[in-house]
Amino acid sequence: MNILEPADTPILGAPAPAIAFIILFLSISFFFYVMYRRINLLRKAAPDPRFSDIPTRVQRVLVYGFGQWRQPRYLGAGILHILLFAGFIILSLRSLTLIGRGFSPTFHIPFLTGSVGFAYDSIKDYTVLVVLIVCVIAMVRRAVFHPARYDHPGTIGHEHEAYVILGLVSALMITDMIHDGAALKASGLSGEYYRLPAATLASMFMPTNSMPTLNFLHVGGYWTHILFFLGLLNYLPVSKHFHVITAIPNVFFSNLNKGSIKPVKYGVADWMELEQCGVSDLTGFTWKHILDFYSCADCGRCSDNCPANTVGRALSPKMISVKARDYAYEHFPVFDRVAQPGRSERKLVGDIITEQEIWACTTCGACEAECPIFIEYIDKIVDMRRYLMDRGDIPLSLQKPLQQIKKKGNAYGAMKSKRSAWTKDIEEFQIRILEEGEHSDLLFFVDSCGSFDPRIQEITKSFARTMKRANVDFAILGPDENDSGNEVRRLGEEGLFEQVSSHNIDAFQARSFNEIVAFDPHAFNVIKNDYPEPFKVIHSSQFLARLLSNGDLSLNGGYLRDRTVTYHDPCYLGRHNGIYDEPRRVLKAIPGIRYQEMKRSFSRSFCCSGGGLLLWYENEEEKERMGERRVKMAMEVGAQVIVTACPFCLINIEDAIKTTGNEGKIEVIDLVELVDRSMS
Amino acid sequence: MNIIVCMKWIPDTSEADLTVSPGAKDIKKDDLDFDMNDWDRFAIEEAAQIKEKVGGKVTVVSVAPEESEDMLRECLARGADEAFQIWSDEMEGGDGYATASVLASFINGRPHDLILTGTLAEDDGAGQLGGMLAEMLGIPSATLASRIEVQDKKVAFVRELEGGLYEAMEMDLPCLIAVATGLNEPRFVSIRAVRKVASIEIPNLGTGELGVGADKIGHAGARIEIEKIELPPEGEGAEIVKGKPEEVAARLAEILKEKGAIA
Repeated sequence: MNILEPADTPILGAPAPAIAFIILFLSISFFFYVMYRRINLLRKAAPDPRFSDIPTRVQRVLVYGFGQWRQPRYLGAGILHILLFAGFIILSLRSLTLIGRGFSPTFHIPFLTGSVGFAYDSIKDYTVLVVLIVCVIAMVRRAVFHPARYDHPGTIGHEHEAYVILGLVSALMITDMIHDGAALKASGLSGEYYRLPAATLASMFMPTNSMPTLNFLHVGGYWTHILFFLGLLNYLPVSKHFHVITAIPNVFFSNLNKGSIKPVKYGVADWMELEQCGVSDLTGFTWKHILDFYSCADCGRCSDNCPANTVGRALSPKMISVKARDYAYEHFPVFDRVAQPGRSERKLVGDIITEQEIWACTTCGACEAECPIFIEYIDKIVDMRRYLMDRGDIPLSLQKPLQQIKKKGNAYGAMKSKRSAWTKDIEEFQIRILEEGEHSDLLFFVDSCGSFDPRIQEITKSFARTMKRANVDFAILGPDENDSGNEVRRLGEEGLFEQVSSHNIDAFQARSFNEIVAFDPHAFNVIKNDYPEPFKVIHSSQFLARLLSNGDLSLNGGYLRDRTVTYHDPCYLGRHNGIYDEPRRVLKAIPGIRYQEMKRSFSRSFCCSGGGLLLWYENEEEKERMGERRVKMAMEVGAQVIVTACPFCLINIEDAIKTTGNEGKIEVIDLVELVDRSMS
Repeated sequence: MNIIVCMKWIPDTSEADLTVSPGAKDIKKDDLDFDMNDWDRFAIEEAAQIKEKVGGKVTVVSVAPEESEDMLRECLARGADEAFQIWSDEMEGGDGYATASVLASFINGRPHDLILTGTLAEDDGAGQLGGMLAEMLGIPSATLASRIEVQDKKVAFVRELEGGLYEAMEMDLPCLIAVATGLNEPRFVSIRAVRKVASIEIPNLGTGELGVGADKIGHAGARIEIEKIELPPEGEGAEIVKGKPEEVAARLAEILKEKGAIA
């Protein structure tokens, strides 16, 4: 006897296809209505051009979207996610087939027939079993091991979301198994366990000779499956699981201009004329940034890697997304006829996302490097800072250095005329100040730190000596140089950034040189990525690697004396500009070097607490200095020398060595200084 | 509520190598950057905050040459409604008394309930102007206010005294208060904030407009005669104490005792 098919089984006298049509029509309508409401908010948001360079975007979707490339950075969770995602792709065809089976018992997706369909049925059955197992593991993992990154501090109502979705997906798998299992049992086929393991497993619990029971399980399993499926579909856009729909678009529209900060507002000729500068409310963000909020899956990888979060500052990048999404769902709800942005007294920027959170960020980019779906944080933080800055609300410790830059072009408060005073310390040779109209092969951009900070001046002098010994024709701007403006821009003072950068650009354009070289990654980054005029700029580590490969430099191990060396990747060199290889190449050119990599290195490097103006920033919440944490990480791998390639990392880590009482046990040195001291 | 804030434009000597000008009556100022006196920054901020709370009009005024426009623009960006610059070449060489005379003739002609100044200026640190200006205007005054609350027709304020003491007082309006640093958190003034007030005109008043006599201003109007300015002689140099923390601490205590700093 053949089993009854759902499409042939009337429900309460109503024909099944009619029921299927009504259910499908209602749920799809509701789904599209919710989607319309969600997209409507994007349309109210600020503009953001995200359609450039389509080939790169497609490539990203293939590699990071469908390829899930960043998932295995957390190996266990990553594998689970890849399995779920693959299951989702495979089973989407099955879901379409099942929807069709509500109308016709023989419905097939056109190409899934014959031997292909036969193979698919088996693949699908294995997938169902794998997905079910993954869901169970994921639930147990959450319930038993409580990974801290899944927490939602300071908000309510998010704890159960993950269980709801995992439960729904499990229910989908189980109902599918029951549906197929009953048919398998009824068919009387045996020995199918290797081909249809999930259906076989389900059928083992079913009676052999009760056709009505099997019919009930087959048809009932079908309809509960359909209801769960459509329920899940409609649950997605009202929960954190919206990412199932938005993640791929989010990767497609991801930021391609790494290292640079977005303009105050896209498509505006003069931002100074705007009513408001920066972002104070949800619709002030760009549509892509709101899509980010929709897309966050609360996995917490960002916060787990955020140095500010690690040392106890108020910032957790994930919670910015979660809180903004909660705010969006509350203020732009699905069912209100008109959105009411003003109905809550609490303001998004200031009350819900606090000033402490906004200023705690070092813009190190660890969160963005980690996010599997390229959610952005730095631009949002900077946009919110711009708003606070416009109101005059900035931490007191940052006011003075900013005022000094405005007045004197440097945060140290030193007189402009003294910018090249460090050159007097070099007696062996004269350092040329490039005057307007003159040429030099290299223009050495010293920046404020290299000009005025006594410790950083040592790097400046080392670099000058190295270039001299390699017979490179170089010169400096001297008093005509201004602060590079990297942190000025990232702290949200766009007007001052324009002032200092245009001053430097004028100075560059009045002179002739082949390229600019800087040993401070912040200066390197801002000239390369933020200055509106293109200049060829390289970092000292690239320059040194080039000297080595040209044979213009030879090194010896005299200074290191067999000590174990580790390398600290500066954020603005590594994560923001992808320069990981050159500094290591220089290090490995030192004969006999004993090199040990820290656990957190390359794109997972741990920020030392920030460069430029952040040296002045005083944070009251942190329990430990980031630099101190970093020193511990270096000591854990037995390092006696930390080499870095950023003057601010050097200062922060040098301080931390002292405050952790490790003076004499471990030393920090800039790559430039190490080369200067290791030259043969 | 009419608030007038008196601002001083001073040379920034913090990071400069100072030299004495020929004649030894002043330091050389040609190479120095000038800026707002930091104490006055708190005065204008306080005025802006009072205005935000109780309403009114804030006027800033400075006896300073043309370059001080930057400072006055910053005051406008902070919330002042109007700014006046008072200068003519004859005002060169004046002291606190001469400046107070000029300010008094400016203020006398316009409505004023509260006059705010910084207690001291960072350059000469004389601390004279507030008291003298109040006397010339015939109104009461107080210095070193670390909290100000404007009430109906009077002002309550707190003065910071030595030894961690605070003194709470009240004065009838109109009056003058010279403020202490730290009585508020001055807001940051961005480039854009200054740009927004770029179109406000800052009138420049000379001796003629104010009707103040030539004998009252500049060198002629000054009551202080500077005999000589010189740099302090170079010291012997510092002793750097080295060793373990406990040894360093012991040696430091010894030195302090030797020099009579601790008993």
